[in-house]
Amino acid sequence: MAIEVLYFAWVRERVGLPRERIETGAATIRDLLAELALRSPGHAAALEDHAALRCAIDQKLTGLDAPLAGVREVAIFPPMTGG
Amino acid sequence: MAARVQSEPFDPALVTAGLGDGAGALVTFVGIVRDDGDLSALEIEHYPGMTEAALADYGQGAAARFGLTGWRVVHRYGRMAVGEQIMMVATAARHRRAAFDAADYLMDWLKSRAPFWKREIRRDGSAAWVAARDEDEASLARWQAGRPLGPP
Repeated sequence: MAIEVLYFAWVRERVGLPRERIETGAATIRDLLAELALRSPGHAAALEDHAALRCAIDQKLTGLDAPLAGVREVAIFPPMTGG
Repeated sequence: MAARVQSEPFDPALVTAGLGDGAGALVTFVGIVRDDGDLSALEIEHYPGMTEAALADYGQGAAARFGLTGWRVVHRYGRMAVGEQIMMVATAARHRRAAFDAADYLMDWLKSRAPFWKREIRRDGSAAWVAARDEDEASLARWQAGRPLGPP
């Protein structure tokens, strides 16, 4: 399936892209992170520490073990610092 | 719209115009870029689309939980110099406790669960992403654990 993956803040900087469209068979976000980490040294540096990452599926916050079936957009980012 | 995401500055008086109608209490909180010695500016990144939905969702959640008569959230993105207003929350209710608690609750949600990321620009030109603070998570958790404040 094709998924739009978005990156924000230092995840975006390390990956070197704000977004990319990928073909994946990953079952969960955690599986997707492992796949993405193989794409470049920047991806690896951004995505290796799962504890430092938060994510959203179709613009809703979710955990890293959330299933990806039927998903259009996944966003990966550091803990949020609003307010 | 009760929730707004914008790069431009805002006027709190305009944001709260009419919000007190029918209420007995109106509480506002305004966040300002704090001068911590050598800070020059903040740059705030956000997740367009999700941000607006999240602010509306948290505002509606606060309104339901605390029985608000109205609420507003404005949050800016982009570059802001020391002293500029970053964001504001306004809550209106029949009584002050609900308005105070709802503003506090909304701020805790916005700090840790709204998709914004702050980067600090120092006077020497260096920049660093702001790390999330454990105490912000703890602040949010107190609304779930035992719910010490506000109606259930």
